[in-house]
Amino acid sequence: MATETRTTQGAPPPGGISFSLSDPTFRAIVYQILVVGAVVLVGWFLISNTLDNLARRSIATGYDFLGREAAFGIGESLIDYSPKDSYGRAFLVGVLNTLKVSIIGVLLATIIGTVIGVARLSSNWLIAKLASTYVEIIRNIPPLLQLFFWYALVSDGLPPVRQALNPIPGVFLSQRGLRVPTPAPDPVWANMGIALLVAIVAAWGVSRWARARQARTGQPFPAGWTGLGLIVGLPVLTWLAGGAPLAMDVPKLTGFNFTGGAAISPEFFAILTGLTLYTAAFIAEVVRSGIKAVNWGQTEAARALGLPGSPTLRLVILPQALRVIVPPLTSQYLNLTKNSSLALAIGYPDLVSIANTTLNQTGQAIEGVTMIMGTYLVISLSISIFMNWYNKRIALVER
Amino acid sequence: MKSGFLAAAAAAVVVSASAVAGAATLDTVKQRGFVQCGVNAGLPGFGNPDSAGNWTGLDVDYCRAVAVAIFNDPNKVKFTPLSAQQRFPAIQSGEVDLLSRNTTATLTRDTSVGLNFAPVTYYDGQGFMVPKKLGVKSAKELNGATVCVQSGTTTELNLADYFRANNMTYNPVVIESNDEVNAAYFAGRCDVLTTDVSGLAGTRAGVAPVPDDHVILPEVISKEPLAPAVRHGDDQWFDIVRWTVYATIQAEEFGITSKNADEFNSSKNPDIQRFLGASPGMGKALGLDEKWAYNIVKKVGNYGEIFDRNVGPGTPLKLERGLNALWTKGGLMYAQPFR
Repeated sequence: MATETRTTQGAPPPGGISFSLSDPTFRAIVYQILVVGAVVLVGWFLISNTLDNLARRSIATGYDFLGREAAFGIGESLIDYSPKDSYGRAFLVGVLNTLKVSIIGVLLATIIGTVIGVARLSSNWLIAKLASTYVEIIRNIPPLLQLFFWYALVSDGLPPVRQALNPIPGVFLSQRGLRVPTPAPDPVWANMGIALLVAIVAAWGVSRWARARQARTGQPFPAGWTGLGLIVGLPVLTWLAGGAPLAMDVPKLTGFNFTGGAAISPEFFAILTGLTLYTAAFIAEVVRSGIKAVNWGQTEAARALGLPGSPTLRLVILPQALRVIVPPLTSQYLNLTKNSSLALAIGYPDLVSIANTTLNQTGQAIEGVTMIMGTYLVISLSISIFMNWYNKRIALVER
Repeated sequence: MKSGFLAAAAAAVVVSASAVAGAATLDTVKQRGFVQCGVNAGLPGFGNPDSAGNWTGLDVDYCRAVAVAIFNDPNKVKFTPLSAQQRFPAIQSGEVDLLSRNTTATLTRDTSVGLNFAPVTYYDGQGFMVPKKLGVKSAKELNGATVCVQSGTTTELNLADYFRANNMTYNPVVIESNDEVNAAYFAGRCDVLTTDVSGLAGTRAGVAPVPDDHVILPEVISKEPLAPAVRHGDDQWFDIVRWTVYATIQAEEFGITSKNADEFNSSKNPDIQRFLGASPGMGKALGLDEKWAYNIVKKVGNYGEIFDRNVGPGTPLKLERGLNALWTKGGLMYAQPFR
């Protein structure tokens, strides 16, 4: 009897809960409802209060302005843009410019960071010390100052546009940035792009087949070289088949600036260089710690099995090191992307710069800020999801 | 450098958190003991701290004039330096009581940005400055030029409109901070610097390494009526700022200056008696002391004095009165009647 009474009062009977605060399950549910309710209430209060205040001061609200004509110019853009276009398209230009810096920056920072990280572990005293010096100097200077440094290097260090340096025929380097010739329009270039895609798919197929064959028969196949041959060879063959056009669109100085060819602006150069080198210093440390985390015994074991140096690194050390490297690497990628908003200070038209101009012209600060936050959230979450997927893929598979 | 963004974010928070029923600005200001005034962080002649750290400039003097109207003390004012992008969130959110920061009055700012503009304190227009060695004589020759411009200004829009209207192209370099814009222009990153003509004159006088190496082109491509602004929703406060500006203009029309103001106290002219508070009524109507206009003229000066002190021919900016002369002298400065 006594046991039964205690069961019904104290702990829930199996399969149900008692509606008493002394029941942990019931208590947890009550607390959660209270917390969620409080959050919703505060959120509702803030939003309704904001709308009320905006209406009281007759400040416009809503996102209608996105369809209106932007009427301001943007220095560089991946898509066609003119002041006749809408605020929405201007914002898209900004998003693409941010993605351009982020993607190229992440790729370059990973390469440079890996090289520096490995160099720091080098047995060569000079290389190791140079790498440490780089890491210690770069990561201890605020990134904004580094951006100003790179920007000043171009605008104060290089000659004016009319005395542009001309190191290679057709290439011009001045305060206005780097101008390089581009191939004149020709159908063969599009075909070469298709050939490249085909070659990449083929190379991927070859490497899969080679791995499967090696697993089956133990016979190695030079899949890397075959893939490289395909990726270089197919486009070149296409180019030759297309009549090997050589006409180039060479930049010319007309009026105030160079026209023709392709340009890298000083703003883009400064933001890309600054962010890449800054983030590379952190990535170097991540890579170094990852490699250090793999027990030296693994290397010795690989050598004992007769594996040479390169396959030891590729097949034994790196797969284990990557498991340590990838999670902190994700943070660095996110940092680089978010730091790209510093572009505002040196005039690179990233999404913050353009959204700021928009919110200033329309006076709709809250909408502008939510758009900036939303876009960064989407970009950051995409990077996180991709990196988490990759992390799972390389995770230790226990057999 | 992300301060524009931060200010906007802060404004979003402040707008949402500030009390629903806002108290009258005049009461808040009196209780606080000073006027919080948003000014330019560094534009010689309009809003600029001098070498001793004292704020000077035409816009700054209007902040002081409002402080005098309320407290009879030109020092009961605190200045908040604002970038072009920070200024609207700052006034919208109530961070400043008054925005006196060479701001162009426009329709959208008057409506969807939620501002009320006091009378114009300086009639300006947008111009272009180029290095003399380019040999450019007219803005019509600027096709293909690289133009340095500050972000978040009407300047950015006029620039786009002007080149579009003339079928010309340009390459903008848009930077948030005025100092960085100037630095980029003087380093040679751009062929052209564009902003209001008064601003170009100030930059040429105060920032250019060799002022004579730069010319301001003759074209003035826009109307830029610069005026102090307050936020919507407080008519009494708007009236005070409005009539403070009118008081300086009216004083110049009467010929009352900071030096001779006392002599006018015994004037028999009923207009002047009303203006200086000898016959009461005007101050009470505004919720101010009856001597408010007298105090403004005595402690800050009339419009002509403010102009000459900050931007006139005797200053490095060397600007003529032009459109900013009194209406009686062919300009646009005209105060509504004090009665």
